[in-house]
Amino acid sequence: MVVETKIASFDSIALDCGASLSPVDIAYETYGHLNGEGSNAILICHAFTGDAHAAGVSHEGKPGWWDNMIGPGKAFDTDRYFIICSNVLGGCQGTTGPASTNPATGKPYAMGFPVITIRDMVRLQKMLIDSLGIKCLLSVAGGSMGGMQALEWAVNYPDMVRSAIPVATTWRHSAQQIAFNEVGRQAIMADPDWNKGDYYDTKPPGRGLSVARMVGHITYMSDDSMREKFGRRLREKDKLGFDFGVDFEVESYLRYRGSQFVTRFDANSYLYITKAEDYFDLTNGTGRLVDAFGSLTTRFLVISFTSDWLYPSYQSQEIARVLRRVNGDVAYCDLRSNYGHDAFLVDVAEQTDLVRGFLESTSRVVEAAA
Amino acid sequence: MTSSASLEARPDFKVIAEIIQPGTRVLDLGCGEGELLAWLIADKKVMARGVEIEATNVRKAIARGVSAYQGDIDEGLADYPDKAFDYVILSQTLQETRAPLRVLTEMLRVGRKAIISFPNFGHWRVRSAMLFSGQAPKTELFPYDWYDSPNIHFLSINDFEDLCRKNHVPIERRYFLSGRNRVSWLPNLWAQTAVFLVG
Repeated sequence: MVVETKIASFDSIALDCGASLSPVDIAYETYGHLNGEGSNAILICHAFTGDAHAAGVSHEGKPGWWDNMIGPGKAFDTDRYFIICSNVLGGCQGTTGPASTNPATGKPYAMGFPVITIRDMVRLQKMLIDSLGIKCLLSVAGGSMGGMQALEWAVNYPDMVRSAIPVATTWRHSAQQIAFNEVGRQAIMADPDWNKGDYYDTKPPGRGLSVARMVGHITYMSDDSMREKFGRRLREKDKLGFDFGVDFEVESYLRYRGSQFVTRFDANSYLYITKAEDYFDLTNGTGRLVDAFGSLTTRFLVISFTSDWLYPSYQSQEIARVLRRVNGDVAYCDLRSNYGHDAFLVDVAEQTDLVRGFLESTSRVVEAAA
Repeated sequence: MTSSASLEARPDFKVIAEIIQPGTRVLDLGCGEGELLAWLIADKKVMARGVEIEATNVRKAIARGVSAYQGDIDEGLADYPDKAFDYVILSQTLQETRAPLRVLTEMLRVGRKAIISFPNFGHWRVRSAMLFSGQAPKTELFPYDWYDSPNIHFLSINDFEDLCRKNHVPIERRYFLSGRNRVSWLPNLWAQTAVFLVG
């Protein structure tokens, strides 16, 4: 299935910080077909460095980031559902972000881009969904930062969201999550090439961005998965080098991942998106999740993974428990996996069972109500 | 604990399914793979919720379309507001809970009625096994060795009635089963399984 990324443009979007952006573009892909009643649309929200290309194969031959979950006969079955995935606001893969041209100056926004929030990302997605003529979403699903968007959708547009599938996520960013993001930001900003964000005509801060990505990758894995994948294996040598070149496989892997990332991701987007994650708190600082969920009729499937230490299971349990406190319809499962936070992307067999059954039962509920 | 057996294979499920009125709100504690709730959703159009500790069971229940929550029963009950359900079901699990009276009290806090089924420790086979072997009884009903049994409390029908009486829990209906058959005479001796509707 060769897919194409499309762009929708809007005149303006008002942001949580008080500023507005005009115009604003959003890159998106769709898979499957919207049915006559318009009742089978599902929005997929990507994680931090993802993009609109969630499934199928791009013209360049690249598979989508959740291609193992989205497609004919898969968890998000494109024979049954109409799937939409868009690149987030502040991103760098087609949607307006700091690398986009500021119409006022004719130059990239860079650090002149307004600070955005997860809710701003969702607001732009809502504009896209409206423009596609979709009145109601059968589900909004996503892992990690995608899960935060799914939660914001349910809370801000409850009448539009029949169900939500927040995976490996949290209802507010914790101190540990903010801490790791801050290390990434500081690595970028400490790189002289960052130049206060003004590097689009010169050399991007590749070293800083690469270090940020290396730290990120460590948090996405687990002690077990790193031991299994690398152990203490040496990289193309029989004995220690007694220098500061690459000795271990794990070093080589992180350097490779870091250098690859630099070719596809904008450092300023890294700063803005991590800030949006850190600002994320579904309760706007009150801590009263009961009030945020109120009297939601949205069905929830909450999934966590046992070895995920970046978004630990307790954070998902808090979401599920508060939903029960308000008598919400919530299913929750803590899936066993060794893959750490990455599990939601790679360990999909059991996740598939859950999502498929949940979507089928949600469809039945929606049909019964219609 | 529910097994992977179907609704037919569990006589107490049949009784529970008879008790539950259509369109009501039902919570099943220890819902296993969600067989009973899936049946109640399809045939009685109930609003169903389940709680189950085993991840594999939870996964199968959710795959079946049941809103199951992975957690223990105590935690499962504490979250729910008062009278959130019409029925709270505890099938074949009371004898496995650490504090049965607290569980019963909590069930009646979150539910208008509680439906409780349990294997009858007063059954004649259990009594004779104990009498003749002099060991912790091992029967069809209680098939475990004492050291690997999930059962931590042993109660007979008379014990449960006694508990309800002492705690002023009204018993609305009682069903006594031997296999698939109803037992009416000397149930504490002849019934293998009891199902109580209380509250």
